[in-house]
Amino acid sequence: MSDKLLVSTRKGLFTVSRKAREWEIAAVDFLGDNVTLTLSDRRDGTHYAALDHGHFGVKLHRSTATGWEEIPTPVYPPKPEGYEEFDFWGRPLNWSTARIWALAAGGADEPGVIWCGTLPGGLFRSKDRGQSWEMMRSLWDHPLRKKWNGGGADLPGIHSICVDPRNSKRVWVGVSTGGIWFTEDAGASWSLRGDGMRAEYAPPEQTHDPIAQDVHCLVQCPAAPRRMWVQHHNGIFVSSDEGKAFSEITGVEPSTFGFAVVVHPRDPDTAWFVPEIKDEKRIPRAGKLVVTRTRDGGKSFDVLTKGLPQSHAYDIVYRHALALDEAGERLAFGSTTGGLWVSENRGDSWECVSHTLPPVYAVRFAG
Amino acid sequence: MAKVIFTPNVQRHIECPEAEAAGQTVREVLDKVFAENPQARSYVLDDQSALRKHMTIFVDGRMIRDRARLSDSVGEASRIYVFQALSGG
Repeated sequence: MSDKLLVSTRKGLFTVSRKAREWEIAAVDFLGDNVTLTLSDRRDGTHYAALDHGHFGVKLHRSTATGWEEIPTPVYPPKPEGYEEFDFWGRPLNWSTARIWALAAGGADEPGVIWCGTLPGGLFRSKDRGQSWEMMRSLWDHPLRKKWNGGGADLPGIHSICVDPRNSKRVWVGVSTGGIWFTEDAGASWSLRGDGMRAEYAPPEQTHDPIAQDVHCLVQCPAAPRRMWVQHHNGIFVSSDEGKAFSEITGVEPSTFGFAVVVHPRDPDTAWFVPEIKDEKRIPRAGKLVVTRTRDGGKSFDVLTKGLPQSHAYDIVYRHALALDEAGERLAFGSTTGGLWVSENRGDSWECVSHTLPPVYAVRFAG
Repeated sequence: MAKVIFTPNVQRHIECPEAEAAGQTVREVLDKVFAENPQARSYVLDDQSALRKHMTIFVDGRMIRDRARLSDSVGEASRIYVFQALSGG
């Protein structure tokens, strides 16, 4: 079980460690800076941190024996002379990394490989622990990529990356908004997946178009990779065939709207969500912060409340801010209002580590 | 040679000392400065080598007009200030 959390916030990266029985803030790095995401690479123990300096752009840092070092940020290729492309609002689309929205380690058989998803939609791969990056032109140049729209941000972006534990050449990415994309040849070619998802915000002729789907978060069960779960803009969807077809899970109280989902590493039927009132309010229902858990593939859900605020809570939990450790026992999540909670019993009860952190963007267990 | 002065706020992230370089345009001068200090480049310019959205450059007190190509002309003794724009918040 993991005893360490990396908590990315608007004002720094907080390392939270388990001391005796309690979880405490053990270190703060990049204090005052906007840390948007981390990756803890279990293959070699390296940590990666994405920062957004606003004026000065997006940066990446990698842990060293004594601290952190800045490494290159993925760079978009030069836009061809005379070529122009426009976003959803008709503004010129700048081919430039606007946010790092996904970081994932490659397979166990490819040490040093790191995947990086960005806004406005570029997917990059490094083969040397982030020292250099190669854009997946096959996906960027795919004609359907231009149908991606802003969802979670003004610009479209890749927020979820799943590398098949059976075969590292097979990779799925989740796009908001642009559905689920799959490669089985390490990025040489890509195809759109996700039949069965439903976009209630789209006109009728596009409701079931896989590319119109605003996937908020996509996860894959490591021990049963055919099982994938999606927290979608208007619901929860589950697939048992590697994302080819999805079924909608309905009737879940208090809501099926949310951003995050995690799946148990060995039990594909067990997954957790943090529901909110959809979509125009985005606050917990009745001011009660809850986690929902299914242990039967979505047939039924537990509403987990023990240790969580049940009155006047307005916490939002972003898509990368819910985490599960590799053992599948410990969970943690952080909120936009600076709360951080940990559970050591699969969500049955929760301990508040802090409710005065800066807004939390991402929570990850470290190896 | 033109003198380039960077905002003090960037120094917290990366060392950008004052620098001097010859050139007819802002682009030519900055290219020479960043050749000596390559890591600083991405703090000022985006992936397309345009000025970052919330950065601004003044040449002899006048804000540059060409943020994409940086073609504004530079004199022999110009002072180029690379600043944050207030628009960034």
